[in-house]
Amino acid sequence: MAKTSEKLYRDREKRVMDAIALRVPDRIPIEVLFGFFPAKYSGMTIEEVMYDPEKLLQAQMKTLLEFQPDMEQNPFGIRFLGPILGVLDFKQLKWAGHGVPVDLTYQFVEGEYMKADEYDHFLLDPSDFMMRRYWPRICGSLKGLEKLTPIHSIITYYMGIPFGFAPFSFPDVIEALEALKKAGQESMRIATYSRAFTEKAKEAGFPMQFGAFTQAPFDTLGDFFRGTKEIMLDMYRRPDTLIKACEKLLPFMFEIAVNATKVSGNPRVFIPIHKGLDTFMSIEQFRKFYWPTLRELMVALINEGLNPCPLWEGDCTTRLEIIKDIPAGKACYAFEATDMVKAKEVLRDTVCIRGNIPLSLLAIKTPDEVRTYCKNLIDSVGKNGGYIMDASTGLDDAKPENVRAMFDFTREYGVY
Amino acid sequence: MNGKLIQLMADLKEKETIAMVKELIDGGIDPMVILNDASSAMAIVGKRFETGEYFIPDLVFSGEILKSISEIVKPLLEKGEASTKKGKVLIGTVAGDIHDIGKDIVTFMLDVSGYNVLDVGIDVPAPIFVEKIKEFQPQVLGLSGFLTLAFDSMKKTVEALEQAGLRDGLKIMIGGGQIDDEVCKYARADAYGKDAMVAVNLCRQWIGD
Repeated sequence: MAKTSEKLYRDREKRVMDAIALRVPDRIPIEVLFGFFPAKYSGMTIEEVMYDPEKLLQAQMKTLLEFQPDMEQNPFGIRFLGPILGVLDFKQLKWAGHGVPVDLTYQFVEGEYMKADEYDHFLLDPSDFMMRRYWPRICGSLKGLEKLTPIHSIITYYMGIPFGFAPFSFPDVIEALEALKKAGQESMRIATYSRAFTEKAKEAGFPMQFGAFTQAPFDTLGDFFRGTKEIMLDMYRRPDTLIKACEKLLPFMFEIAVNATKVSGNPRVFIPIHKGLDTFMSIEQFRKFYWPTLRELMVALINEGLNPCPLWEGDCTTRLEIIKDIPAGKACYAFEATDMVKAKEVLRDTVCIRGNIPLSLLAIKTPDEVRTYCKNLIDSVGKNGGYIMDASTGLDDAKPENVRAMFDFTREYGVY
Repeated sequence: MNGKLIQLMADLKEKETIAMVKELIDGGIDPMVILNDASSAMAIVGKRFETGEYFIPDLVFSGEILKSISEIVKPLLEKGEASTKKGKVLIGTVAGDIHDIGKDIVTFMLDVSGYNVLDVGIDVPAPIFVEKIKEFQPQVLGLSGFLTLAFDSMKKTVEALEQAGLRDGLKIMIGGGQIDDEVCKYARADAYGKDAMVAVNLCRQWIGD
């Protein structure tokens, strides 16, 4: 690592960490979620970067070096997914060439992947439920796993062992195990490229934004297990069970984050927020179902020396006072459509805020209009630290000239 | 009209509402009366959503209660005995986008508000919108989209309607994730709505109540 890159790396790390700690950095940090922007920017299809790690590496490095954000997001664990999803015959996404055209972003397929009457199984033994019921539903290639004996029932030579392993000889179970072996190899490729990217970016002087990824327990349950509509109904029909399930997931959500930060050595934990928003539930529902386990997760991460970085997708202006209740100077809240002036007012002494140039502006307006918006935003919420410039969400379809205007203007005008 | 039934349903008391419906049916009430009460209750639910007392989960739950009532009542109705509709709305998620939650909620709220709604689904290419609009002849078109890629799909859909000579006399409303007034201008739609009740109000304004 060249001396200047080393210094740049340290400066950037300090700039962002100063903002998170509510100190005043040398200038306003700027970082974005590039999404699939690098593919388009490099003249590649989305299918190409999802399947060809060299192309993804090339597109991402080109974008990184040309725009020079203060921190980068490692794209491998969220973009180089084509081969592993294919091997698994993954059902929860439609992706380039698999349900959507080759130049479109992947999209989530909503579903009730855990039925209401399966809560009991989930609460009794989540891992058993996941391996024998949930995996076979979300991965076509793992269908055979439904036939396995529950792992918790294979205990010793006269309990479990004599008969319990029989399913491992069934053809469809063997097929599932073959698929898992291939998925394992694809996982290794993703991990290898992911590490290589972090190294390469570091050599060029860029730290990673996040060292781990986790979710609010309510979102994990609603997004992947119950479905958006069903979890909404659960709030009325089985409120206590819903809360128990969130509590069951809490230690898993914590463990996922902590383990990843140990591997990456990076304390910042990304937490996309999907359902705890103004339009998706009332304040009472938020207080009862959503916030308790999210807050506990964030506080536990902070106690572990980590920095939770939720992205509050949508609008959460009405619940700023509630989400203010966490230890000061440790977290960073990115906002999509929340009123930033109000957010600054409420969170000033507690949490660094990040965001939120609208994607409509970046995708269809002009650089001048982008600069004006950035100026107003910086003037109203960017004073005295505790602020990071970003778009409202992933850049996917933003115009390059508008992204450049956002970066150049912020670097120049955002000096403290 | 049964004020108590309306109240129970508007307050989202699922079990009590269904029990009362069954009781009334057993007592020999005209099933149309129950449907009318359910529709009055839904109007209250819509109002409460508009004033910020209710949220999307409340709308979704009220939809489930309404569905249960319909399942009980519909088999008892004489054929052809349905309330007259106020006007036609065609709705769909634009090309490339497979999101349907927002679209489904808008469809549901328009339906219970008395409009004849044709939902043409998700990832709908512009030529299909053109074809369906020719067939169905709605007064209002609702375009839904969650992702930024929907900006261009919406624009292309409106352009295709212009080219097909179907734009005049058709009101177009758009909504979803990243959609806002800027996108409305860009796509040359007539209005952007931030939620389902805005969609209902736009239809009231354009078609009448």
